[in-house]
Amino acid sequence: MRELKAEKITQAVIELVKRANFSLRKDVLFALRKAYRCERNRRAKTILQGILDNAAYAKEKNLAICQDTGMPVVFAQIGQNLKISGNLKAAINSGIVAGYKKYSLRNSVCMDPLFRGKSGFSPSIIHMDIVSGNKIKLTLLPKGFGCENKSQLKMFKPTSGLDEIKEFILDAVKSAGADACPPYVIGVGIGGTADYASIMAKKALLTKLSAKHSKLEEDLLKQINKTGIGPMGLGGKTTALALNILTYPTHIAGLPVSVNISCHALRSAGIVL
Amino acid sequence: MKKINTPLDLNKIKFLKAGQEVLLSGTIYTARDQAHKRLVQAVKSRQALPFELCNAVIYYCGPTQTPKGKIIGSCGPTTSSRMDAFTNLLLAKGLRGMIGKGNRSEEVRGAIKKYRGVYFITYAGCGALLNKYVKNAKTVAYADLGPEAILRLEVENFPLIVAIDVNGGNVYGKD
Repeated sequence: MRELKAEKITQAVIELVKRANFSLRKDVLFALRKAYRCERNRRAKTILQGILDNAAYAKEKNLAICQDTGMPVVFAQIGQNLKISGNLKAAINSGIVAGYKKYSLRNSVCMDPLFRGKSGFSPSIIHMDIVSGNKIKLTLLPKGFGCENKSQLKMFKPTSGLDEIKEFILDAVKSAGADACPPYVIGVGIGGTADYASIMAKKALLTKLSAKHSKLEEDLLKQINKTGIGPMGLGGKTTALALNILTYPTHIAGLPVSVNISCHALRSAGIVL
Repeated sequence: MKKINTPLDLNKIKFLKAGQEVLLSGTIYTARDQAHKRLVQAVKSRQALPFELCNAVIYYCGPTQTPKGKIIGSCGPTTSSRMDAFTNLLLAKGLRGMIGKGNRSEEVRGAIKKYRGVYFITYAGCGALLNKYVKNAKTVAYADLGPEAILRLEVENFPLIVAIDVNGGNVYGKD
């Protein structure tokens, strides 16, 4: 058994908070630059340039890429041969609070969803998974709520056709329209249960945008980019930078499909300890 | 590019057309969900408002905390449609301009036309970049709301696009 002190996890999370919020992911930057080159619409090009300038300015000045520094979502893949001394969840949340304070990010978390009250930095949403090995992989995804509000879940019939599912995904993007900071990255979870499909949809946002995409993913992206929503919803052919799907076996009676939309400021950072 | 200054009396905005780019200088007030709820409650119960609403501009924004040595943190727009339910009353009470992102409800579009207001959008998801145009920031009300407090911002050449003009013209087109 390898042993790891919880304090190490806290320190690592502080670092992830900085990286995720100040430096836009390389694959997202690459996709934005490519979109800028391909876009012919003048206004769309100007906005994409603004988005690229924003990323550069954020990094240079240590400012958050977006003021919505999100509900922090943490994915922890824990090796089963790793012993963590201390409280793992508390260590993660301590790192979130310390990092968000240190880097002057936004306290966007309401302790009571109904009665709201004073907002704080934590708790984060933590998704844990036990994997083989003796290490821990932590990934932080600060998820802004302008786009999180546009998430959708639908329980299809097992006999539903692919066209119905495609239409549902396309409609989710259309109903997000100009509101959630297009160009988007679309995460889709298909299968499992209602909860699991939604976790997959969120996880799909961590897939590199430059990864090899399936025909279904490519077809959907093409259709989304034909809607003409464009950057900031003002027209153009860049409505989404990528669409990633994750799937899982499901029950004979159902076919859950969950869509999680990310704004262009798709931020995440990971570390292995 | 067209430059305008606050306060926004009708003469300054009546010729603006949806789609037009504008640089705004002067005073604007941040207010988002909870601040809107309180502003509307204050109007309904005839209490004094924390700032003069007549010809004012509200920016739908909740900035990050202010880093040491800076005027403000990252400060981009939030989704405007969440404020739709409160907007009619504020326009009726003299609010002239709003800055945010995304489209508005049919009711708000109608109210903008009726009260001769204007709705602007600005670079969405670019809160770091917009930091450049803010020259001063001061909390004026509802400090207990944290990032949702009302701040008075002095801005210089803040980049905007007219989304809905005084005649109800809409950059997003019709639904």
